[in-house]
Amino acid sequence: MRYLGKKLITLIMTLFLVSAAAFLAFQIIPGDVVTSILGTEATPEREEQLREELGLNYPPVVRYFHWIADVLRGDLGVSYRYSKNMNEMMPVTELIGDKLPVTLWLAALSLLLIMAVSIPLGVLWAKSKSRFADMLLGVSTQAAMAVPAFFLGILVTYFFGIVLKLFAPGGYVSYKKDFWGFLGYLLFPALSIAIPKIAMTARFLRNAMLTEMNADYVRTAYGKGCSRRRVMYGHVLRNAMIPVITFLGMIIAEIVAGSIVIEQVFGLPGIGRLLISSVSTRDLPVVEILILYITFVVIFVYFLIDILYRVIDPRISEK
Amino acid sequence: MKLFAAGKKWNKYFVAGLIMTGLAVLLGVLGLFWTPYSTTAMSAAERFAAPSLRHWFGTDNFGRDIFSRVMQGMSTTILISAAVVLISGAAGVLLGALTGYFGGVLDEAVMRVTDAVNGFPSILLALVMISILGNGRQNLILSLGIVFVPSYVRIVRGEYLRLRDADYIKRARLMGVGRFRILFVHILPNILPVFGVSVMIGLNNAILAESGMSYLGIGVQAPDASLGNMLSDAQGYLQAAPWYALAPGLVIVWIVLGFSLFGEGIRRQME
Repeated sequence: MRYLGKKLITLIMTLFLVSAAAFLAFQIIPGDVVTSILGTEATPEREEQLREELGLNYPPVVRYFHWIADVLRGDLGVSYRYSKNMNEMMPVTELIGDKLPVTLWLAALSLLLIMAVSIPLGVLWAKSKSRFADMLLGVSTQAAMAVPAFFLGILVTYFFGIVLKLFAPGGYVSYKKDFWGFLGYLLFPALSIAIPKIAMTARFLRNAMLTEMNADYVRTAYGKGCSRRRVMYGHVLRNAMIPVITFLGMIIAEIVAGSIVIEQVFGLPGIGRLLISSVSTRDLPVVEILILYITFVVIFVYFLIDILYRVIDPRISEK
Repeated sequence: MKLFAAGKKWNKYFVAGLIMTGLAVLLGVLGLFWTPYSTTAMSAAERFAAPSLRHWFGTDNFGRDIFSRVMQGMSTTILISAAVVLISGAAGVLLGALTGYFGGVLDEAVMRVTDAVNGFPSILLALVMISILGNGRQNLILSLGIVFVPSYVRIVRGEYLRLRDADYIKRARLMGVGRFRILFVHILPNILPVFGVSVMIGLNNAILAESGMSYLGIGVQAPDASLGNMLSDAQGYLQAAPWYALAPGLVIVWIVLGFSLFGEGIRRQME
C-alpha cells in the first residue's frame, strides 16, 4: 500500500512536469497568435480584446496555471483554426469529442489482435523443435519488423482492399451510423498496426520461454512427474509472461504512436489525424491538448503496468 | 575485440548487410549527380507505364520515371538520416562520455531526462519539435537529431562507466594525461564497435522516422522526392499503378533490412 501511495505521488509529479514542459515549450514559438487569427488589418482595439479573451496578457507561468486549471475543469480552450461560425470559436472539446472513440477502438482492436496472435505464436515457436519452422519464423518476423507502418498500411490496402476486395479503401463508416461496419473497416488498419508488434512480441515471448526452460524449477517439475503440457503452461509460460507484460506496456505506447500514422493511411477521422493536421497548420491549442492527452495515456499505462507487475510477481515487492 | 583480425572470417550477416547497404548508398550517392531520366520531365504518352526494360520501376501519374525518382528519394532519405545520426550521435557521445566518466549531478539529471524521453514514441516527440520549429528540411533534421540523442547517451554512458576504472585508464591518469585526452583519445576508440551497432540501429530509426514524417507531409516537401512523400503520392493510384507505391516502399524495407543485418553482423563479428 505504501508503495502504491509513493507511486501515485510520482505519477502526479510526472504529469505536472510533463504538462508544464508541454505548455512552456509552445511559448517559445515566434509569431503572434492574434495577428495570425485576425490578419494584419485588424484594429488595435480588436487585437487587444482578443488578447484579453485568450488570456495572452499574463506571463507564461501564470498562463500555465490558468490553462491547467481550465483543463482540469474540462475546458480545453479554443482552436485557432477551426471555428463554429463567424463569431464563435471552436472549443477543442468538441473538436476532439467524436474523434476520440475512433482512436480508442483502433487501439483496442490492435491490442486484441496482438495478444490473440503473438502469445500462441510465441508459445508454439518456443515448443517447436523443427529447424525449418524456426528459420521461417525468424526470417518472417525480422522482415515484418523492417516494414514501416505506413507502407504496411498501403500493402494491406492493396492486398485486402484492391486484390481481395474485402473492404473498400477510403470507405470509412462512422461508428454512429453502423457500428459493426465501423469495426469491420477498422480491422484492417488495426492489422497494419498489429503485424510488426506481433512479430516483436512473439520473438520476445519465445526468447523469454527458452530462457525459462533452462531454469532449475523446470527440471524439478519434470522430476516431480509433471507432464510436459503442465510444465509448459503451468510453469514456463507463467514465468515467461512477466517480462512480456512490461513489453506489452511499451507496445501500447507504440500503438498510440502507430495510430497517428495509420489513421492517415486509412483516412480514419481519429485524433492522430487531427494531430497531424494541427501540427501542419500550427493550431497550437489543439496540438497542446493532444500531446498532453497522449502523454497522459502513455504515463498512465506505464503506471498500471508497474502495479500489475507487482501483483503477478510477488518476488518484486519483497525486495 | 578486433573486428577484422587477419584470417577472421566475415559472418553472413555482415556480408549480406554490407552488400545491401552498399548498393543502397551507391545508388543514393549516384542519384545526387545522375539519374537515368530527368526526375521532373513529364510525358503524357507514358503515364502509368508498367515496369519494363525502359522504365525499370514503371512511370507515375505524370509519366515520370519512378526509378529515377526513387534514386533521388534515396539520396534525400540517406542524406537526411546521415545528418540526423551525425547530430544525435555526436551529442550522444559527448553527453554519454561526460555523464559516464564524471557521474555526479549532471549524470543524475541527464539520466532522468533520458529515461523519460526513451519511454515515449519518437514520432510523438518529433511532432512536438516540428510544431515548435515549423516545417522544412533543416527543421526535420534538427528535430529528429534532438529526439534521438537519448538513445545514444544511454549506450555511450554505459561503456564509459565500464571503462572508467579499467587498468589502462588508471595508468593514463597516473601518468598525468589530461581528462579530455582520456575521454576522447583513450576511451573513445575502445567503444567504437558498440557505438557502431547503435549507429546502425540509429540510422534505421532515422530512415523510418524521416520517411514517416515525409509521408505525413511534415517532412520533405513536394517538389523534392523523398521515399516517404512518393509513397503518399502513390497511395492515390494504388489501383491504376501498384508499382508506384511498391517501388519506394520496398526500397525503404531494403535499406532498413540492410542496416539491421549490418548492425547484427558487427555485433557477431565482435564475439
